[in-house]
Amino acid sequence: MTTTTIAYETVIGLEVHAQLSTRSKMFCGCSADYASTAPNTHVCPVCLGMPGVLPVINNRAVELVMMTSLALNCAVSSYSKFDRKNYCYPDLMKGYQISQFDAPIGLKGWLDIEADGEKKRAGITRVHLEEDVAKLIHRVGFDGKAYSLMDVNRSGVPLMEIVGEPDLRSPEEARQYLMKLHTILQYIGVSTANMEEGSFRCDANISIRPVGTTQLLAKVEVKNMNSFRAVFRALEYEAKRQGDALANGERLAQETRGWVEAEGKTVSQRSKEFAHDYRYFPEPDLPPLNISREWVEKVRAELAELPDARRDRFMNEYSLPLYDANLLTATKTMAEYFEACVKTGQPANLSLTVRAKQISNWLLGEFSRLTNANLIEVNQAKITPVMLCELIDLTQKGTITGAAAKQVFETMFSTGKPAGSIVAEAGLSQISSASELENMAAKIIAENPQAVADYRAGKETAAKFLVGQMMRLSKGRANPQIATELIKKKLEEK
Amino acid sequence: MKLSREEVIHIAALARLGITDAEIEKAREQLSNILENFEVLKEIDTSNVPPTAQSISLVNVLRDDVPQASLPAEDILLNAPDREGDLFKLRAVLE
Amino acid sequence: MSDNLNWLTIHAAHELLARKKISSVELTQACLDNIEKVEPKVKALVTETADFALAQAKKADATIAQGKATPLTGIPALMKDVLCTQGIRTTASSKMLEKFVPPYNAAVIEKLIAAGMVLVGKTNLDEFAMGSSTENSAFFTTHNPYAFERVPGGSSGGSAAGVAAGEAIFSLGSDTGGSIRQPAGFCNVVGLKPTYGRVSRYGLIAFASSLDQIGPFTRDALDCALVMNVISGQDKRDATSAPEPVPDYTKNLNGNIKGMKIGIPKEYFVAGMQPEVDTAVKTAIKKLEELGAIVDWNVSLPSTRLALAVYYIIAPSEASANLARYDGSKYGAAFLNTDSMWEGMEKTKQFGFGPEVKRRIMLGTYALSSGYYDAYYLKAQKVRTLIRREFDAAFTKYDALVTPTSPTVPFKIGEKANDPLSMYLSDVCTLPINIAGVPGISIPAGFAKGLPIGLQIIGKPFAEETLFRISHAYQQVTDWHTRRPMI
Repeated sequence: MTTTTIAYETVIGLEVHAQLSTRSKMFCGCSADYASTAPNTHVCPVCLGMPGVLPVINNRAVELVMMTSLALNCAVSSYSKFDRKNYCYPDLMKGYQISQFDAPIGLKGWLDIEADGEKKRAGITRVHLEEDVAKLIHRVGFDGKAYSLMDVNRSGVPLMEIVGEPDLRSPEEARQYLMKLHTILQYIGVSTANMEEGSFRCDANISIRPVGTTQLLAKVEVKNMNSFRAVFRALEYEAKRQGDALANGERLAQETRGWVEAEGKTVSQRSKEFAHDYRYFPEPDLPPLNISREWVEKVRAELAELPDARRDRFMNEYSLPLYDANLLTATKTMAEYFEACVKTGQPANLSLTVRAKQISNWLLGEFSRLTNANLIEVNQAKITPVMLCELIDLTQKGTITGAAAKQVFETMFSTGKPAGSIVAEAGLSQISSASELENMAAKIIAENPQAVADYRAGKETAAKFLVGQMMRLSKGRANPQIATELIKKKLEEK
Repeated sequence: MKLSREEVIHIAALARLGITDAEIEKAREQLSNILENFEVLKEIDTSNVPPTAQSISLVNVLRDDVPQASLPAEDILLNAPDREGDLFKLRAVLE
Repeated sequence: MSDNLNWLTIHAAHELLARKKISSVELTQACLDNIEKVEPKVKALVTETADFALAQAKKADATIAQGKATPLTGIPALMKDVLCTQGIRTTASSKMLEKFVPPYNAAVIEKLIAAGMVLVGKTNLDEFAMGSSTENSAFFTTHNPYAFERVPGGSSGGSAAGVAAGEAIFSLGSDTGGSIRQPAGFCNVVGLKPTYGRVSRYGLIAFASSLDQIGPFTRDALDCALVMNVISGQDKRDATSAPEPVPDYTKNLNGNIKGMKIGIPKEYFVAGMQPEVDTAVKTAIKKLEELGAIVDWNVSLPSTRLALAVYYIIAPSEASANLARYDGSKYGAAFLNTDSMWEGMEKTKQFGFGPEVKRRIMLGTYALSSGYYDAYYLKAQKVRTLIRREFDAAFTKYDALVTPTSPTVPFKIGEKANDPLSMYLSDVCTLPINIAGVPGISIPAGFAKGLPIGLQIIGKPFAEETLFRISHAYQQVTDWHTRRPMI
């Protein structure tokens, strides 16, 4: 008996829903801040779907989708419109969702990602605008009967859907795609994209097929993944489940499955009683959108520089290594902090390149260490870009030593005091006076006869030990260059 | 165009409309009669005719993103068939 | 004298109010007294708002005393019960909304209240405005004040009958396929369906969003113009309301229509049309000719025959979405006696909606469903374009088109109740106007054996003024509109 092994490849496409950072809702003037308020207090007849109400399009929501489309290399349609997507569910106030069917705002873009050491371009099918639904809370009463409660605050919050092409070939690629998309949305400021709070949600379509074929086997939609890790795990589970099923000769069903985080598996969602038929038709209450080139350019001008472009610019403009540039541009706040530091200028005898690298070293070193340890964001630090540059200047001028600078930085970080006053208060300025250092060197030579003997016996490293002792004695304030010269001079004497 | 019994049941299910057996038969007959009258449209050549969704040709009717006051929760819940505190109460919505 | 106050026109009442010959409280009381007298026979009202009306009337009298009266200050009116009124139940004549109290006012209600209107009641209609006779009301059928055994037309039958029976000076209705004009014709009053977008739909319980418009019922053309002066105009809450400026619609009502070009589309004189209606309408057109209008008796709008199918695809499709919200969770009737959410939702709709509403929801759901969309909904939208184009072409030649409002006089209650199609046919002359989105007015044009006959005048988009001019000129030389029912 022979067995043939068929190699399968995984085909994944992601659908991401992100709430837009507008002040008011999609189709009414209620505040879009639904989370930080008491239940049903950010609700009006429009977002409650009362009889007789009409929607009016939030201009800013349209612009944020245009902005996202541009950031994702999509074409912004000159004609776009809204449609009614009909389905009944208690959290959907009108019994239809106002969405976009055949004329979305953004079309045909891409996202460059890197996974498992390989670069890849993943397609974006479309970016469209719709509205969020109310929130259901599930309860069990005293009688043991389950019931649901509904808070309508979230109903009508603007929601953007970004549909990706089925271009992803592994759970890792999916994770990278999602993380990149997440970074971009936060970067350009269109969404808080908070996954735990539900302002950034992901559904995945996953199927497998024999390598070299193009026909997909049954497509499975996976839902309920609430973190990047969950997406990765769910897809890994699902790819394996489908592969195993095929290996066992089972038929795969086209279905929707929910990820159960606690059990680490997907389960079929059978409650869908019948196939959906959304009966889309043009929303008669909303005139269409004509998006002019001028409008697109206005939005483009507002679009923040994207991470990849900024990284490349950092490398060109400041001659930073790729490693530094990548880390500095990973978040918008860090990149902005860095540039604010660079803008404070540098001494005339220093090149921009040298100063930029000094700043980068501080930000990626001590600064990141302390912000991470204290669980704060870059822009929450008490140290301002001007203060950090003062510290760098003090070191550069030789007022303090590198070792002392680290102490000063920690104090600045915890107190928010400027470097100058910390140095003065703690007496940390560098000792460069020849007589003071001469005395110190003499004392060290006298107290360490063994090391002196070692050196004279040809052990060069003994000199380093003696310099170290001198730094200790001066509490790091001794000018290390002069200290080394003096120790060497003393050792050569006699 | 005659509707089948199954089609009537499917339509009612899509609309989440409860319907009795007697109503199904009546609806089947009446809807079929009405649909027959729509046959007249089939003869019309509309191959180069764009659809009209709205009889008024407005575009870009937008509002500024400025929050307005909402209604008090009490007004929102005024007509609620059932409630618990300031929340609407519903039959269990099972996933 | 106070016996007859409720029969005044707006402009006559305004003059008496402004000159302080009468007070709004007296005028309002006259209407309320008459309601008490005639309402058992007419049954135009779902809700009477007597206390609210008298309080408003007092306020109006204070405004008048300050010399600040505008044409609608202190004028009693009725509102179709699909117009949301804050704190006053708004039912759409449906069990679904029998106890529904809106927390907000429709845009037209806001405007009218600001203009000093006195609300005396909410009027009966075919449930959710679906019907042509008010027989589809979940509560009761309204009776034609000219013949109680006959229908007042619909869906705004209560608003038409209320004005015809002297229960108020004017009223508002809504018109999706003829729901203002057909009952206006049946009840011998003036009824206008404005251009789509002329009046804000905010607060009008939606039937078919791309066809619905709100409009007035009045006793003459001047009154109609006065009401339109108040309720027209763009509203930021209705994205389909038009930015076109609102003229003073009363300005050119000088009786002169000399040289005005009027077309008579032959397709509106359909088979099955009653000969009395044909005669009355042609007599009225000749009257316009006598007044100096240039009449072309041989205009053709061949797509007219397609309007019924187009309408009964588009309107139910939109309605199927508009009525999906009534699921028993947020407001309205709810079937609570079940543990299952889905069963609760289905039973709520089953018991909350009447047969015609359910029929149209199913029809619309079918026309939009996968596999049928192109053949029904999309096809209807394309033919809609053809119908519009024919009107556009006609209006390059004519200032107005004139047709009968309905092919028949008011029919008997129950006569068409079991035959939805024959009921639908009673709107053949009015449907195409909604499909095209142009304005249409129905004015009294005679009687057949005591039953009213309406004349429909159709205008270019936003040319309501032309309709008023023609109607007003006609009413200067005829007196049909001054006749009252014997009740």
